[in-house]
Amino acid sequence: MELTARHREYWQKNVRLTIVLLAIWFAVTYVIGFFAREIFSFNFFGWPFAFWVGAQGALVVYVLIIWFYARYMNRLDQEYGVAEGED
Amino acid sequence: MATQTQSQFNAMLKKVYGWYTGGFLIFIVVLAILEQFGLPRNWIGYIFLLATVGLYAGIGIMSRTADVAEYYVAGRRVPALFNGMATGADWMSAASFIGMAGTLYLTGYGGLAFIMGWTGGYVLVALLIAPYLRKFGQFTIPDFLGARYGGNTARFVGICCAILCSFTYVVAQIYGVGLITTRLTGVAFELGIFLGLGGILVCSFLGGMRAVTWTQVAQYIVLIVAYMIPVVWLSVKHTGFPIPQLVYGQVLQKVTERENQLIEDPKEKEVRAIFAARAKAAQENLKGLPGSFEAERGKLIKALEDLKGTGAPASEIAAAQSALDKFPKSVDEARAFWTREAGLAARANPPLRHAEAFPGATEKAREVSRKNFLALIFCLMVGTAALPHILMRYYTTPSVKEARDSVAWTLFFIFLLYFTAPALAVLAKFDVYTLVVGTEFAKLPAWVASWSKVDPALLSVVDVNRDGIVQLAEISIGGDIVVLATPEIAGLPYVISGLVAAGGLAAALSTADGLLLTIANALSHDLYYKMIDPHASTQRRVTLSKILLLVVALAAAYVASQKPADILFLVSAAFSFAAAAFFPALVLGVFWKRATKWGAILGMLAGIGITVYYMVMTQPWLRRVFDVKTPLADAIWWDIQPISAAIFGVPLGFAVIIVVSLLTPAPSRDVQELVDHVRYPHLRGDIDTTGT
Repeated sequence: MELTARHREYWQKNVRLTIVLLAIWFAVTYVIGFFAREIFSFNFFGWPFAFWVGAQGALVVYVLIIWFYARYMNRLDQEYGVAEGED
Repeated sequence: MATQTQSQFNAMLKKVYGWYTGGFLIFIVVLAILEQFGLPRNWIGYIFLLATVGLYAGIGIMSRTADVAEYYVAGRRVPALFNGMATGADWMSAASFIGMAGTLYLTGYGGLAFIMGWTGGYVLVALLIAPYLRKFGQFTIPDFLGARYGGNTARFVGICCAILCSFTYVVAQIYGVGLITTRLTGVAFELGIFLGLGGILVCSFLGGMRAVTWTQVAQYIVLIVAYMIPVVWLSVKHTGFPIPQLVYGQVLQKVTERENQLIEDPKEKEVRAIFAARAKAAQENLKGLPGSFEAERGKLIKALEDLKGTGAPASEIAAAQSALDKFPKSVDEARAFWTREAGLAARANPPLRHAEAFPGATEKAREVSRKNFLALIFCLMVGTAALPHILMRYYTTPSVKEARDSVAWTLFFIFLLYFTAPALAVLAKFDVYTLVVGTEFAKLPAWVASWSKVDPALLSVVDVNRDGIVQLAEISIGGDIVVLATPEIAGLPYVISGLVAAGGLAAALSTADGLLLTIANALSHDLYYKMIDPHASTQRRVTLSKILLLVVALAAAYVASQKPADILFLVSAAFSFAAAAFFPALVLGVFWKRATKWGAILGMLAGIGITVYYMVMTQPWLRRVFDVKTPLADAIWWDIQPISAAIFGVPLGFAVIIVVSLLTPAPSRDVQELVDHVRYPHLRGDIDTTGT
């Protein structure tokens, strides 16, 4: 089982995407959480913004991150010929 | 069934669960109609208990199996959507269903740590763990550790950690099952535990993962319906709009205005001052023990005699007599009584502002609050991504692609409940702040009286300053009541209360099932089959697993029936244990080929070691159990609460794995190939690690 350059490229793309998505996850959770008092306490349709993010916004972003990752990777599998059921 | 294709199977499942959901809704409507015709309340409780547990048992019996792949991983053909629902039910325990909205009610913004922590963890599951575990394709987490980190030592450490965190967790679930069964039927708590245990066992015992999966899908449907109906109703009552999640911002603003009034209200201040005075007096009496006991008693006797001597009205004499009768009879009783009274200091504080992030009197207090909020989120998230009973579920999908999709569905189904809980907390708070506070005691809503009768710890309203009007400070409320009493607060028929209890039961049962299975599998599959007797027949392995399941369930029920001191702490401890033990080893195992056997073993031990150590040193109950003498102020590091102990364990785990790995020789070629194998869903000429 020798890995080709294409295989390595697939893995690099995966790792890069993982890092980007984790950065978004980190920003939504910890950056907004950390500055909840100082910066993100403005009114957002009735909620203080940080409260809304904690109760809904962050959750929506998490679902989107996972959904996007699944879609992107499932396509990447096809593109690089590493999807299941291929030879 | 073996000849069925995956898509036929999928279509069949959709049909079956579609009919099931319809049937369940009709069942509720029929019960509601019967209630109008005078069906007694406790009958409704019994019918709900029997019907739902009977249903789960039926599914368990229909899915009974002795086949290894069916028993351990449901035949690896659970479609993404259904695995998502099953994992959702597996995930959401009694703590999520009943406790979460209550925690949010009591702690406001601080409670959002649980909402974010218990959902954001799935990002880590999806990106770092689930697809790779599915490609690896065996049965348990120790399986992966054993294969990746060269053998039985790593596997054994994994088994011990898996049992430690799953057992602490399952005790809490069985406790919850006992509590709800007791509520629904009125039987004694200990009996309730064992009744509930029957419900748990029919599923997991007969059909393993296969039965548990299909039951969990059914349980998810029950619990989500049960959670939504009362909240939607409450939302219509207060906002005139049926989607509470969109509009409760307005209600939150009204709650904030009301808080400002209540903080400044002179009557509220009066009640808080009374509590402060009582707490202070109790503090002084505690210091003065044992002498203060006689002194206080003497004062009461003298007051009574004075009244009698001056010919005071009979009512005053009776009051003084009853005060003397209620006074503690011994020094020990007095100590317990004054300790409780001193606890009233908490009620002397003005109400918390629900929407305020990191409240605190000083800059330092706010800083500590922020630090702990973020640390708790971290531990809950990383713990989510390392709990064996959740990760195990991603072995059950038909492919890597479906495993990825399945995490998305899981989080979606969890999201439905979790983004509703904060709305429920705010709506319930608005109800209490406007409809209960400020009314006369004689005109309290009926649900207040009925719940204070059920359990004063859940709700008690006492006219402390004797003005006949309810002040907020006079209400003492337990978190669990928020979900349990919502149907009554919203003015819904009793059927919905039964439904909510059934939903809580479904949440607790489904989680307990998943956890028991994890423990039994760790023992039968990992310990017995992989380490003790690798030639054991498949029949023997499954039988052994079933027996172990029974033993573990009884042991957990026994521990739960002892009512261990701090149940909420046990749940959170399980997350910190899992996070520190598994997360670094699992992630580096996939993403860093250089991670070695000894790096992982020492890393896991160091991570869990420091986590356990920190909890023992700082958690009040554990400090008592282990008789820790170090003053708390010296034991605590950077003001971090014991609940977040993994904030130290996880980084240490990573550091130890990395350092030790670099000091030991690189893993063999086989292990490197294994890592490539899990990284790519399909490789030409690939090795095969699928367990059979």
